[in-house]
Parts: sequence; structure tokens; C-alpha cells
Amino acid sequence: MTTSIHTLANGLTVILKEVHHAPLVSHWVAYRIGSRNERSGQTGISHWVEHMMFKGTDKFPAGMLDHAIDRVGGQWNAFTSMDYTMYFETLPVDQLTLALEAEADRMVNALFDPEEVESERTVIISERQGIENRPTFWLGEQMRATAFHVHGYHHEIIGDLADLHTITRDDLYAHYQTHYAPSNATLILVGAFDTAQILPQIEALYGTLPSRPQPKLFVRPEPPQLGERRVVVERPGKTAFVRAAYKTPPATHPDWFKLELLDSVLSGTNGLDNKSSRLYQALVQSGLAANVSGGLQNTVDPFLYTLSVTLNDGVKHEDAERALLTELERVQQEGISEAELAKAKKQARAVFAYAQESVTEQAHALAESAILGELDWADRYTERLEAVTLADVQAAAQQYLVPRQRTVGWLIPTGSEA
Amino acid sequence: MAHATFDIPSSQNITRTTLANGITLLVYENWSAQSVNLYGTLQAGKLYEAPDTPELASMTATMLMRGTQTHDFTALHEALESIGADLELTASVHNVVITGKALAEDLQVLLTLLSDMLRAPTFPEVWLTQLKAQLQTSINYALQDTRYMAERTFRDALYPPTHPQHSPLDRTLAYLPQVTREDLQAFHARCYGAQGMILAIVGAVKTQEAVALVERTLGDWHNPAQDAPRVAPVVTPPETTRRLFTPIAGKTQNDISMGTLGPTRRDPAYTACMLANSILGEFGMMGRVGHVIREEAGMAYYAYTRLEGGESQGTWQLNAGVAPHNVDQAITLARDEFARLTQELVDEEELADNQSYFVGRLPLRLENNNGIASVLEAMERYGLGLDYLRDYRDIIYSVTREDVRAAAQMYLNPDALIISVAGSEGA
Repeated sequence: MTTSIHTLANGLTVILKEVHHAPLVSHWVAYRIGSRNERSGQTGISHWVEHMMFKGTDKFPAGMLDHAIDRVGGQWNAFTSMDYTMYFETLPVDQLTLALEAEADRMVNALFDPEEVESERTVIISERQGIENRPTFWLGEQMRATAFHVHGYHHEIIGDLADLHTITRDDLYAHYQTHYAPSNATLILVGAFDTAQILPQIEALYGTLPSRPQPKLFVRPEPPQLGERRVVVERPGKTAFVRAAYKTPPATHPDWFKLELLDSVLSGTNGLDNKSSRLYQALVQSGLAANVSGGLQNTVDPFLYTLSVTLNDGVKHEDAERALLTELERVQQEGISEAELAKAKKQARAVFAYAQESVTEQAHALAESAILGELDWADRYTERLEAVTLADVQAAAQQYLVPRQRTVGWLIPTGSEA
Repeated sequence: MAHATFDIPSSQNITRTTLANGITLLVYENWSAQSVNLYGTLQAGKLYEAPDTPELASMTATMLMRGTQTHDFTALHEALESIGADLELTASVHNVVITGKALAEDLQVLLTLLSDMLRAPTFPEVWLTQLKAQLQTSINYALQDTRYMAERTFRDALYPPTHPQHSPLDRTLAYLPQVTREDLQAFHARCYGAQGMILAIVGAVKTQEAVALVERTLGDWHNPAQDAPRVAPVVTPPETTRRLFTPIAGKTQNDISMGTLGPTRRDPAYTACMLANSILGEFGMMGRVGHVIREEAGMAYYAYTRLEGGESQGTWQLNAGVAPHNVDQAITLARDEFARLTQELVDEEELADNQSYFVGRLPLRLENNNGIASVLEAMERYGLGLDYLRDYRDIIYSVTREDVRAAAQMYLNPDALIISVAGSEGA
């Protein structure tokens, strides 16, 4: 496997990683623009622009690429997160030119046809309504808005319904023109190509795109939290939830890895079962909960470590919350064991190995690293976890899992009636 | 740099072994990563439970992972999770599906634990009580889930009460308090055995080593009391359209499940149906129905069709989520596309695009260990032969426009559908 990094004259960063185990290539373009950079009144605009990128250019009218990529057996999609918007195509390596041409073209030539904008407005509102059908969506939305008063992490990626009704075509196009520039993007290729052969093609297609200054991103830092915050949401239904979310450092901070390891011990490792985790034993095994989960996100700015408990029928919120917080206090006081530390590290190694089976997953990891501003972030992930010590984990628990940094949320089900 | 050549799994590189106790083992070496995957099936799905004991198969499969004679719950999960491995047993209509993954160095641990769970479960009472509480909670949640409830009601209307696909929640709720540890033990004793078991192993392991490990861990498993294989009852498709509504308060979007019975996987028309379904609701941005409901009308984030095609008659259906005031229009648009598929020949280009899609998608389906293992298991279960993937292109391109229309006419009567909607009143 060979990875090389290049910068084109117009500012586009290019990461190429040859992987030759399957006749495939995964092609990603990651833009440094996400919901954290959205102003009030324009929440959800990054995600809506992502939808409009599938609505055609002069060269590739709407629908043409859906068919062209399926026709060659490829897949394509896009994601908007709090920190980024990413587009990818994974397809047979002999069809790579299609992906290169498509993404280079829509980086500057997307049409934003007014009729398509209106049609997509209702599609996105439908997307939001589909998510709203889950009672936990309302709890999550309220908790973020409570945990963040100033920073853009305070609103959902999909956006507020009020803004989805009022954002205009001009708003969308301005957002696109400002942020979709080579200097604000990273191109990632992972797969069975030859670097020497593909670089001239990348230069020809992407290197000729007009250079623009790197956009200044709208970011407002969150002031320190001064005490515990609490949220109660009532929705129809019968299932109760308790969540606790703690402010955490960004993914590039050394403490993030200590908390990631701590989370493995508390709620399990992402992608694996968690029945031997501490919180499963304390909450599910004890009969209080049907399920418990947790996780950090690898964000650019400080975000949240969230623990979520699905209560069993008849269990009181305060009892589940007390059991959850007791476990967190225990790890603060006693730390974790050598065996727990070793288990978390081996799990990280296994999950890393599983990801190596897929060029799509490898490319995604590189794209996220680029957004974080550390191109080797994913490659060094297991190494950084390996360096975490028992003392580090306990110190991180004592520093971050404190009431002053906490937002607690209860979802109270109100039964069958609205 | 020397580049690898890309092999497709075939009779040349898949090792198929039948153990003396009836287990069929398929092994394929894949050295792209230091991991290994298992994918297998046992004949112990819902088909083997009585209609008045719903979820017995599912609960039995789940309880296999709650303790064995040599590992209690904690030891079992500690053994798996401490090496970053994963193992799951899930009951489907016909089978219990085994999925597992580990670092290649830990395959022996994975197989040893699998054998232990399958052969020596203890069904601890305390964990059965836990499981019942968890099921009660998940049912409570499902009752508020528009997508789940539209689908549940659709299946309960399409299949008769004697069929394993018919499984209303009220029946489960009534049975839950009654189920005992002895019920699970009896189901296990009657249904779990090596006969008919298929196991595929794919990953960074040598074939001989994998075969030897399976022989050592599962080769001496015998259950003389194991039930004979069962066949699901044949179901008659609906003769007229029936529309059903499940009210759920406080929802901003309604879900639609709409369709009828499709073919079995062994049906000679299956491949033509698969292409017809892709044209109808998959290819591009969710095929023809996605085009009219999402792209043209802007009514839905998702509107797609799917074809199940399992060992017995599965469903051929549309799923869509739309605002309550758009439900009728979405149903009309979808129904019109169902009808068009049965009336008109598809365009030559449309068929060619879809054929290219299926053939071209093969490398992606086979990119990772789990993808390969699940395909190998299906090839064995449905008798497709070890060279099915090698011949796949010819199979796909043998389908004609007439075949597609005939397949749609055979199964997709637009005037005899079950239409199930769940969500807010006023739909």
C-alpha cells in the first residue's frame, strides 16, 4: 500500500492510496463546510446544498449520473456532518474516469435550477419528518440546543423546520459558490489504480478548475459551561430514555483518545457487541434498561460524549440516571483495570483490521483525517490508543465526566395519545 | 509495482467439504486483511415454532448467547469481546443465521465459542426474565414506529395465520409472559443439529486449517432428535386490493408498505423478477417509483421497491415515507408504475442498464469477507453451484424484455395488492 499527498496549484489537496486487493477504487471529495458553520436562519443549508449537487450540471443533467454510475456497478452517495460535506463514488477501477469527471464538474458547475430547488425543499422536509417520527430525535435535538448556546453544533444537521421553509435558491447558490472551491476541498482516492498514471488525469480535470481563496468559515466558539443543564421532552409512546452528554475536546486533542478508550470500557467499542462493558452490566444486566450505548464523535471543535439508556418498562428515570452516574463516579474514583485497558486496545486493532477489507471505509477514514487537519489521524488512531495508560483514563474521567460539563436529558413517554 | 490478479470465487478456489455429521463447509481464502468472517445457517427459524408460540425461535437463538455449560454470560461475552470478535445468532423465517468475525489469529476461539453456544446452552432463568423485559420494551417502541407498523400489518395481512411470516404483535405480547425456560430447551433439543447446517468461512486463513478447526469444534455434533427439514405452507396471493391503516399519534410522516407475494429464490423466473424490481424501484435513484414519487413529485425522501425471494414465497413490495396528505397520491403513482411494468415491455436500454448494473456490482458485493461468505452460503442453500458467480454474467444477460414483463405479470397484479399505511389520522 502506497499513500502519497499532492497539492495542486489551485489549492486542492490530493491523497492517493493504492490498494490492490480488489478491482475497485473509492473516490472521495471532502469539503470543509458543515452544519457548524451555518448561521441562524440558514440552518440545514449545507445538507440542502449536498442534495442539490445531485441535481445536475450542463455536462451531466439531473439523473444522468445516477444511471451512469449504477450502469457500471458503482455506488455513490454523500454525507453532510457537523464539520464537512463529502461525496464519494466506489466503482470498478476501469471506470474511475467517470467519478473524476463527475466530481470535478460539479465542484464548479452545479446548476441549482429553481424548480429543482423547490422540489427538493419538500424532499428534505420529508427527510426531517421521517427522523422526527423517532421520539429520540426530539430529545437529541433539545439536548444539543441546550449543551451549545453559541457554537454551530447547537442545531441539527438537517436544519430547523422554519429555515427549511424559508431558505432560497440564492442562499443555496451563494453557499455553494463560497465553499465549493479547490482550496476548501480534499480529493481522496483509495484502490487499485497506478499513482503515476492517475496523477496527470487528476491534474487535467481538477487542476484546471479556477483558483479561489480559501473561504473564511463562520464559527463562534462556545463559552465555558458553568453548571449542569437538564432537558425534559415529552412525546407519545411507551418507551423512556435517559441521556447524559459531557463536553469533550476535539478529536485532535490528546485527551480525546483517552476518552475514546474510556468509552470502550464503559459502553463498548463501536462496531462490536458491548455485553461485557461496565454500563451494560450496571444497567441492562441489573434489569433497569433494555439497552445502553455511548460514543464520542471525532469532531473539529469540542463536542459531546453522549451516553444513552433505553429504560425497561416501569423503571423510573431517576433510578436509571442514578445507576448511570454511579458507574461514572466509580471510574473516576477507581480507574479501570489492566485487563480492561488491554481489551480496549485489542478491540481497536480488530476494528481497524475489519475496516481494511473495504476501500470505501479506508477512503472515508482518510477524508475525515483531512477534515481534522491531520492527514495521518486515522492511520495513527490505534497507535495513539496504544499509548494511553491506566492513569490517563482515570485522569480523563476526572477531568471531563463532571456535573458542571454535563447535559442530562429525559424522554418521558406520554402513552398512545398525542 | 506488481499488481494482484483478481480471482472470483468459483469451483477453482472455493473448498466445499461435507462433514460426516451433515455440515456443509465452504472455505475461501482472502488475504486482503488480517480478519476472518463466518456466515452460516441452521434449520431452526420461525418455521419450526408453532403459531401460538411466536418468537420462540428468536428467543432461543438469542438465549444461546446468554450462557453455556462452560461459560456463563459474563465469561462468554468477555471471551468474545476481549479479542475484538463478534458473534451473532439471529432467527429468520427458515433459519437461524450465524454471523461472526475476528482477527484471523482468533478463528479457533470464535469456532470454539460457536460450538459451545450451539451445543451446550443453559438458558439461565435470570436471563430469560431479562430478555422478556427487553422484548417488551422493544415492542413498546415498535408500536410507535410507523415504518415497523406499516410493515408488520402488511405481512400479517398478506400471509395466513399458519405461516411463519404472520406474526402480529398482540400474539407475541400474549405469549411472552407464558414462555418458559423448558420451552426454549425443548425447542433447542428438537431443532438444533448439524443436519442441514451450512457454514462459510472467508478470510486470512489457510483452507486446511479452517477445515480442521471446524472438524475439531463441530465435527462430532450429533442430534438424533433433530426435526426433519420443513417447508413453509404455500400461500395464495390476494385477489383484490385491501387497504389497512394503523393510527399512531404525534407523527409528521406516514409510512406505506404496499405489494404482494413474490417468487421463491429457486423459481426459474427469479432473475427476471430481480431485474424487473430493479427497474421498478431500485436502479438510479430508486427506479421508476423513486423517479415519480421523489424526483418528480418531491413527496418523499425514500420510495423504493424490494424483492425478497427466499426459500419460500417472500414479498415484492414498495416502501415509502410521505406526509399524511400525500399518501393517496403516492399510492396512486406507485400503483400506476406497478401496472406499467405488467403492461409494457421495458425499453431495451433500460434493461441493458439494469443488466450492466447487476454484473458491474459484483466486485463491490465481493469486496469484503462478509459479502463473500454470505454469497457462498446462499449459493449452497439455493443449489446455485460453486460456479454461479463465474456464470453470473450469462445468467443476467439471458433475461429478455419479454421475460421481465412476463415475470411482472406473473406476480405483480396492480389490482390485487395489500396496502398498509401507518401514521397520523387523515391519510
